[in-house]
Amino acid sequence: MKRAFPILTILTAALLIYGLYQALLVAPTEETMGDVQRIFYYHVPSAWTAGVLFFVNFLASIAYLVWRNTKADALAVAAAEVGVVFCTIVLVTGPIWARPVWGIWWTWDLRLTLTLVLWLIYVSYLLLRRFSTSGQTPVIAAVLAIFGTLDIPLVYFSIWFFRTQHPQPVIGGGGSLDPRMLNAFLVNLVAFTCFGALVCWARYRLEILRREVEETQALESLLEPRSAR
Amino acid sequence: MSYLYAAYILTWVIHIGYIGTLFRRYRRLRQEMEQLKQDH
Repeated sequence: MKRAFPILTILTAALLIYGLYQALLVAPTEETMGDVQRIFYYHVPSAWTAGVLFFVNFLASIAYLVWRNTKADALAVAAAEVGVVFCTIVLVTGPIWARPVWGIWWTWDLRLTLTLVLWLIYVSYLLLRRFSTSGQTPVIAAVLAIFGTLDIPLVYFSIWFFRTQHPQPVIGGGGSLDPRMLNAFLVNLVAFTCFGALVCWARYRLEILRREVEETQALESLLEPRSAR
Repeated sequence: MSYLYAAYILTWVIHIGYIGTLFRRYRRLRQEMEQLKQDH
């Protein structure tokens, strides 16, 4: 697995560079919005990757609650943290697109508000993991993660069931997309998903190492002679 | 165009910043592990 990591890193980097090339140079300029529409090639794949990572966090949290598997708990932490990074990008790129198109940075639209709530849920999850010293922290965090996941379908379906200012989906929503735009979007979707998985893997390994260090330190303190304390 | 560049640059600043923190945390943990091994 350790040998696969550098190879996958190179492949993902190549895919991200190709995605950038497709988004900036190959995809045609959208007629009404102009170049600012190209933010879509980073905004939507980031939202998708954040959703996938939060779903991984959900599955890992269930696995931890059922089997008390510490590796599942480590995966849950890793997926939540990397998911927050991608969700932050969604919340940063969205307003940058909205300013020239809507004339405002932010509006309390249902999709936007629910995305902000989703981000806050997972930030609170990470703060709980960081600062709680209780032995029950992984259990409490897993329960919070399961409830937090309920917000994901609300974010996704909010533009289908409610009248919102957020644009309706072009793909799968009855709209049509230039094949070059669709290609740029799909390349970036795959590239961001691979990138998210890779960073999550690195963060997972880091979490395992952190736990190993903590366990060794705890053992050291137990084995130390009483006079040395 | 400036909005487009701002969005793309900020995306990579956030990603690179986060990966930088992962590297720092990894290096610190490796040092702590080495220290623990040396102590024994």
